[in-house]
Amino acid sequence: MFLRQLIQQRRRRIPNMASYRSLRDFDWPMIVLACAICALGVLQIFSATHDTDSTGVWWKQIVWVLGGFLVMWIATLIDYHTLLGQVPILYSLSVATLIATDAVGMTAFHSKRWIGTQSLHLQVSEFVKLVIVLLVARYVTELKTEQLELNDLLKLGGLVALPMGLVMIQPDLGTALTYLPVLAVGIFLAGLRWQYAVAILLVAGLMIPIAYHFVLKDYQKERLTGFTDLNQDPKGMGYQVIQSKIAVGSGALWGRGVTKGTQTQGRFLPVASKDFILSAFAEEHGFVGVIVVLGLYFLLLMEIVQNAQTAPDRAGMYICMGIASVFLFHVLVNAGMVVGRMPVTGIPLPLMSYGGSNILAVFLMLGLVNNVRLRRFVN
Amino acid sequence: MTLHTEREEERLSSNRLLRDDTKFASGKIAFFQYLMVAVFLFLLTGFWDLQIRNPEVYQERALQNSIKSIPLLAPRGKILDRDGRVIVDNHSSFSLFLSRESLKMEHLRPIADGLNLDYDSLVARVRKFQKRGAPQYQPIAIKEELTPAELAFVESHKDPETFPELEVIHVQRRLYPKDGLAAHVVGYVGEVSEAELNSPEFARFHQGDVIGKEGIERQYNDILMGVDGQRRVEVDSFGNERRVVVDDEDKDKEAIPGKNLQLTIDLDLQAVAELALENRKGAVVAINPRNGEVLAMASRPAFDPNLFAGRIRSRDWKFLLDNPDHPLLNRAIQAQFAPGSTFKPTMALAGLETGAIDDNFHVVCPGGATFYGHYYHCHATHGGVELHKGIVQSCDVFFYNVGNRLGIDRIAQYANLMGYGHKTGVDLPQEKDGIVPSTQWKIRNFREKWYAGEVISVAIGQGATTVTPIQLASAIGGLAIGGTWYTPHLVSDNPHLPPPRQGNLNPENVKKVIYGMYGVVNEGGTGVRARIPGINVCGKTGSAQLASNAVLKGTKLGQILKDNAWFVGFAPMEAPEIVVAALFEGGVHGQFAAPIVRDVLKAYFDKKVRLGQPRPQFASVVPKLIQAPTVVPPAANPAATPANP
Repeated sequence: MFLRQLIQQRRRRIPNMASYRSLRDFDWPMIVLACAICALGVLQIFSATHDTDSTGVWWKQIVWVLGGFLVMWIATLIDYHTLLGQVPILYSLSVATLIATDAVGMTAFHSKRWIGTQSLHLQVSEFVKLVIVLLVARYVTELKTEQLELNDLLKLGGLVALPMGLVMIQPDLGTALTYLPVLAVGIFLAGLRWQYAVAILLVAGLMIPIAYHFVLKDYQKERLTGFTDLNQDPKGMGYQVIQSKIAVGSGALWGRGVTKGTQTQGRFLPVASKDFILSAFAEEHGFVGVIVVLGLYFLLLMEIVQNAQTAPDRAGMYICMGIASVFLFHVLVNAGMVVGRMPVTGIPLPLMSYGGSNILAVFLMLGLVNNVRLRRFVN
Repeated sequence: MTLHTEREEERLSSNRLLRDDTKFASGKIAFFQYLMVAVFLFLLTGFWDLQIRNPEVYQERALQNSIKSIPLLAPRGKILDRDGRVIVDNHSSFSLFLSRESLKMEHLRPIADGLNLDYDSLVARVRKFQKRGAPQYQPIAIKEELTPAELAFVESHKDPETFPELEVIHVQRRLYPKDGLAAHVVGYVGEVSEAELNSPEFARFHQGDVIGKEGIERQYNDILMGVDGQRRVEVDSFGNERRVVVDDEDKDKEAIPGKNLQLTIDLDLQAVAELALENRKGAVVAINPRNGEVLAMASRPAFDPNLFAGRIRSRDWKFLLDNPDHPLLNRAIQAQFAPGSTFKPTMALAGLETGAIDDNFHVVCPGGATFYGHYYHCHATHGGVELHKGIVQSCDVFFYNVGNRLGIDRIAQYANLMGYGHKTGVDLPQEKDGIVPSTQWKIRNFREKWYAGEVISVAIGQGATTVTPIQLASAIGGLAIGGTWYTPHLVSDNPHLPPPRQGNLNPENVKKVIYGMYGVVNEGGTGVRARIPGINVCGKTGSAQLASNAVLKGTKLGQILKDNAWFVGFAPMEAPEIVVAALFEGGVHGQFAAPIVRDVLKAYFDKKVRLGQPRPQFASVVPKLIQAPTVVPPAANPAATPANP
């Protein structure tokens, strides 16, 4: 019945909306901001790799970004309501793919995260993020009450926990954690009794030590403990953070110049084109460069949130806010890690870090935001 | 109209999916925006902390990360002889160093195994560096003279995954002459030791520095030792060089090589002196008395300084230290023995200068004499003896009387004037003083007064008197040129060379003593073996007892404590150019030391002939100069004098 209504509604609207859904209605400021961030990313990838075996990956990154714009445009074509309608199928597909990844996925860096061939592989968990956004949006939109009831909480929590768990056992703690802010923001916006909030915090407080001892892999523990005691073992996990801090600090106000940062160029900085790209950027462009990049991210986020505010309905609002929360979480954890204020969890900086899955997933999300924006004029 | 109805329917619809009352969450979205601001401020402060508040700390650490200093070891200066021939050279070799920046202690065992090093001493060595707090960039030398096989091992293991601390550095190593030629003169270099670092002389050096430890290498270390430089390169985290650093303040420093040092040593003469000593224990010193230049200085047994060129193996070191013949001792400046009869010219000079004796003074030698109730032997019965015969025949009784007339303090006065009893000041470390006994000396050292009887044995160079070979050569050389004593030295180019000591002696007295020494060699005296036809060689033998012959008679010690043989000679008599002193330990009789001196003198004059400088032809003018009755040197008659002249 729900589906039928959706289809009917769509049929009704298409003739009226046609004139509005033009390219002109895209969120151009957002696209310009995204372009600027991608450009800085490509520049930094070039600088970090021009002297290494992987020289030329900046060109690959440009191809990924162009592909990103394509998928962004595609993501605007299908009405987000239709997508919401397909959530059960998308969700089932996600869980199945995650299970398949765990079973037969590609192994690299001691973890199975990718599916595909050696030359072309995708990180499934990145795309599952989108499904989680849609799932949470649809669930809280369908609520009949003004506040979440306990059974809703448990149901929604369970639905998110399943893919989270599957990603965690890959193991990929960082990406698994990125599903949480979507859930948290969804619940927060939908309304939560303070008693439940307290209860959740209490349970989480109890779960963390248990998870630490029984669930987390040793290297994940290392990353977390490395965060708390950096100087204990400079060559271990803390080494990455120390090198990152040295890189950032030595950039000072104006930076050392493109291809001039010794930490980046000397490859003291680990994965300078991926997780630690902001560190490399900070070394070569200084605090001024950091302000520019963080400023771009802030404006981009503001654009997303603005689209949430102008969304035609709650579903659109939830989608935009879910995406904003994932985005904010990525920036917080990645940039925080770079300056040693967050644990090393290995999640990339959206739009800047080298990597196809990340770029495509982020552009898909931006596409969803545009999707909502294009349908805001409900007459 | 229809649209409106539809919207109305929707608004009323219970389907919340289509509800557009998004305003309900505007407060919460605002909260999210504040959260965003907080997050970005949090991140910005993170960057602010690192990049604005103390970027210097991180810039410094980035520099430590990426800038590596590669030491450039300065080669030491060469040591040349007086003709510019190389005595001590350098040769290229590869040394293995451990870079302390990337050193891992657990790598030491496989490294030690791979290079056949002793693991424990390797660890001890590394710890020593850590304890000393040597600068981090200073690498630790662990093996010199790498063989091709060892080089191959290092090259195949120095990659970042295996042993990144391994570093091969091209060094200039010391190359000393073979067979210990001039070993004691040039000394040797070695790594500064822990104990030395604690002493003020070496405090300015660093752990691992290779410095002069003995001889010229030590005395003129500051000239010979260059200043090590460094090359600063930017490296990546794998230790590969990326580029040479040019734009920082302590950039490349070229190594400044040490300066070459020219010695006064004549290699030809040195070789002859070493050969003349052969396997004997002893020393030879040849000096130009007119300026103090040391022409040759040999000491045997010698050692091979090449053993020390890097770090000496403890086995070799122990062998050198435990050797009863003390090969490390530079006998030319460190052997202190009673001068025996070589002291008699000094006695004669003191007697004449003080007026204790004159030309008319003579004694009868019945083979001994009694002084202060004690009978003193002479080695022969000489009958009537005056000064000239006393020196030529080395009559003890004559000099007992001279000593008795002089008294100890006047003897000491002239002995000191000639340079005995204190260092000659030769530019070598650890020269010994020798002893000239005197009243004061006895009080100072034994808290006892001097007994007049003790002077008798001092008069023939026995008793407490001891001299070193260089003192003997210098003293007789100064006397030979009329009483001017130049400080013996091995390096002429030295602004700190003290002025010569003037004796203000009566030239007539000097001539008489010299004429006596002429007789020793040319008038059938004890030194005939030093005679060189055509050159007026003067000299004096000496046979110094280590213990009284009477005590030793019939004991086994007699073999071990054989008398030391001395000979000191100079030539030509009329204008002395060279004075040579030889010590032949356990040589029993001075006449056995005489040929050593003759060889050196002959080599000296032969070389002059070779170089086209005519051999001095003074023989015909000798009588005029000496103003004594014409003397025809009798044929050599070595059997004329029995033991102990």
